[in-house]
Amino acid sequence: MDRQIVNNDRLGIGGVAVLGLAGMFFAVPMLMTAAFSLWEGGTHYGFAAFRILLQSPQLLEAMALSIELSLATVAALVLLLVPAMIFMHLYAPKLKPAFDFIASLPFVVPAIALVAGLSNLVTGPEWLIGTPFYLVIPYFFLALPFVYRSLDIGIAAIDLPVLTEAGQSLGAGMGQIIVMVVLPSLRASLVGSALLTLAVVFGEFTFANVLLFHTYAVFLNQIGQHEANAAAALSVASFLLTWGAMLGVLLLGRAKAAKTEGR
Amino acid sequence: MKAPIAWLWIGAFLAFSAAFMVAPAAMLAVQAFSDDDGFTLQYFAELGQYRYTTAFQHSLILSVASATVGVVAGGLLAYVLQKPAAGRFRALVTSFSAVAANFGGVPLAFSFIATLGTLGLLTTLLKSIGVDLYGLGFSLFSITGLTLVYAYFQIPLMVIVFTPAIEGMRPAWREAAATMGASNWQYWRLVGLPVLAPSLLASWILLFGNAFSAYATAYALTSGNIMLVTTEISAVLSGNVTSEPQVGAALSLGMIVVMVLVLIASQMIGRRAARWTVKS
Amino acid sequence: MAAIDIAGVSKSFAGRQVLAELDLAIANGELICLLGPSGCGKTTLLRILAGFIAADAGSIRVAGQDVTKMAASARRMGMVFQSYSLFPNMTVLDNVRFGPRVAGRPKAEQLARAGELLELVGLSSHAGKYPHQLSGGQQQRVALARALAMQPQVLLLDEPLSALDAKVRLQLREEIRRIQRETGVTTVLVTHDQEEALSIADRVAVMHDGRLLQIARPATIYRQPADGFVARFIGAGAVLDGITEPGGVRVGEVLFPTDAVTTVNAGSRVELFLRPEHVRVAADAGDGMKPTVAAEVREVTFLGAQTRLRMAVAGDNALWADMASEQAEAFKPGDAVYASWELGAPRLMPV
Repeated sequence: MDRQIVNNDRLGIGGVAVLGLAGMFFAVPMLMTAAFSLWEGGTHYGFAAFRILLQSPQLLEAMALSIELSLATVAALVLLLVPAMIFMHLYAPKLKPAFDFIASLPFVVPAIALVAGLSNLVTGPEWLIGTPFYLVIPYFFLALPFVYRSLDIGIAAIDLPVLTEAGQSLGAGMGQIIVMVVLPSLRASLVGSALLTLAVVFGEFTFANVLLFHTYAVFLNQIGQHEANAAAALSVASFLLTWGAMLGVLLLGRAKAAKTEGR
Repeated sequence: MKAPIAWLWIGAFLAFSAAFMVAPAAMLAVQAFSDDDGFTLQYFAELGQYRYTTAFQHSLILSVASATVGVVAGGLLAYVLQKPAAGRFRALVTSFSAVAANFGGVPLAFSFIATLGTLGLLTTLLKSIGVDLYGLGFSLFSITGLTLVYAYFQIPLMVIVFTPAIEGMRPAWREAAATMGASNWQYWRLVGLPVLAPSLLASWILLFGNAFSAYATAYALTSGNIMLVTTEISAVLSGNVTSEPQVGAALSLGMIVVMVLVLIASQMIGRRAARWTVKS
Repeated sequence: MAAIDIAGVSKSFAGRQVLAELDLAIANGELICLLGPSGCGKTTLLRILAGFIAADAGSIRVAGQDVTKMAASARRMGMVFQSYSLFPNMTVLDNVRFGPRVAGRPKAEQLARAGELLELVGLSSHAGKYPHQLSGGQQQRVALARALAMQPQVLLLDEPLSALDAKVRLQLREEIRRIQRETGVTTVLVTHDQEEALSIADRVAVMHDGRLLQIARPATIYRQPADGFVARFIGAGAVLDGITEPGGVRVGEVLFPTDAVTTVNAGSRVELFLRPEHVRVAADAGDGMKPTVAAEVREVTFLGAQTRLRMAVAGDNALWADMASEQAEAFKPGDAVYASWELGAPRLMPV
């Protein structure tokens, strides 16, 4: 019966196996795609696909559009969602279930159904549906679940009522408190949200395609139909870039936190 | 203390959400239920056609399979990643999961075709060592294949959603159980899994919804060759089918109803779970 | 019920030594407190005893059996944690019968045993409740009942009262002592609260930086602290640096009378330790008091029945005196006074 002391904090064989298998499952398709992107037909390997890409003006245009859309979506989220959440936590905590529900809705309501309904509903004005920035509206909601969750965790971690009262007792108005106290405390969540929004916008295809706007994802799809290798290159590159950006921000955030805690 | 400006903002957010999320759904409802003469149920009757019932079946099977795979694999992964020893991987995996959970559609389908398609690199590699995947009956362009591809974003999603539940497990429970003589298995069976059950269920439901409503990946991979509810809707929308647009609206409405029910169930169960891990 | 023998136990974490060759023998049926400030290693020692961590060196024997490498689940030691250790998905009754249940006892026996213990801790009427429906104090009592249900050979408590309100803490302290006496189980309690340790322990083990400074009965620890750290940690008191002389200790320019100098070589450096209850304060030096020391009152703190005076002696050294509050009304900050004590009261500790 004498079992030995087991250190549960260690990974153990099972843990290593799980991590190993997961690592393989997620790495292999990426690696294969990368390998494919270097294929030039026959047995040649090289960077031809990448060269084609970099010379394509449509790529830059599409990327620029998607970046602009990302920024616009982030701006919309910061201007509308963040204050609404802060105010909800301070003055109307009973509305939280409603917020939770709305925030989860885009997650499960199918985009394809929504685009159908939206097209039927919003038939004008022309200046709204003609500009690609019309996409900011559905994108706001597509990013909402992730951003809401990130902010929710961030707000729960700081004691919002106490911070607000402290600010008010020192004579600050609500606007000043939000800008000078609350937003800086939520920096990690805000940055994470911005990156998540970036990931969502760059990955979004359905709306842009149906509404005929030339975003990054639409461009990728088009290229994929003619230049498979280039599409492969782009897929891998964009995944790695987004991942690298997120990782960088995460690590930077950790280094900053360590510094402010005086370690 | 109730600043009117606060209510303005909250109201604006709620109104915005209502206008652009609820209204389109309502629009679809109107469209699905009416034709030139007024209220009718004929479009819903058309949902009884073979192609649509099959599409629903396929979508359900795919979603159940995909959710189960995601919950089991993602749950295990989330658990392993919680251990202190996995600390150095945490930033890597968190950032990866956030990107992968949104990685779908064309790039994802493409990656898997490049890997496991009929001429994919991995398929070819395996063939060269004597394992003929397609000969053995596997096909990437089937429900099984789709489940595999979906796992690429389902598992990261599970890790993101389930990690807080794992973090809410107190080490004292495991240690207390150990001092009372419980083996690992007994602990998980009597305490660990029961406590995690609501979160597991809520996550499963969320993953189910995510798979059920996925469109881009399925379309990119199969070009509509496998009947799924989402691809059928897009088929109606693009006029490729002889069905009326109202049928598309009916389908969409059906999907939305299913999803909203799924969501409500998931939230109710999830809240119960929070009670246990936060309070005591 | 067993005697515990801890010999030469050492433990390091990430290069830092947390326990250094610790020896401790615990008698059958006694309640011993591991007392010390945060980081002294007391919790680590307890967890090594429990079997959650393996020691780097040394051995642990319980009732003569070597358990050093044995897993926690095999050691038959009940443990009460600081908080939140009850299983949230089970009722109070199910929590308490968990031990007998996983041991495979018949259900009737499980229920009977659980009932007994809930009776013992006074929570029988709460058997059907869930942990989140109980107060902190009630939860800890259930935790205690649960730990005792499997008739452990040792009971371990890791700061069981730290998370509770002051009043509940006092009540529960007494409960623990009463239950321990009734069941007679060998108990090790870890705490940083010296009042708690002194009030319920048979013996107190004071720890600091991974070492055992002193193990003794509470009264001994209080009256005869082994060194400066223990003296400062337990109760209140003044610690003054000085050089021994015939008749006393010279602190700065002032001679502090004590008859303890004969036991230490004259001319050596010592720390002089004086508890506030031993110091008497008067407005003048006369009227036949023992040799006195001049002091200036710096602060008067009202504590209820007693009042504590802080005075400056021999320059800026602090000296405290406790007196009945009625007497203390005569003094205020800035007063020049005289402090005195019995010659046997001060304790000298080598530096």
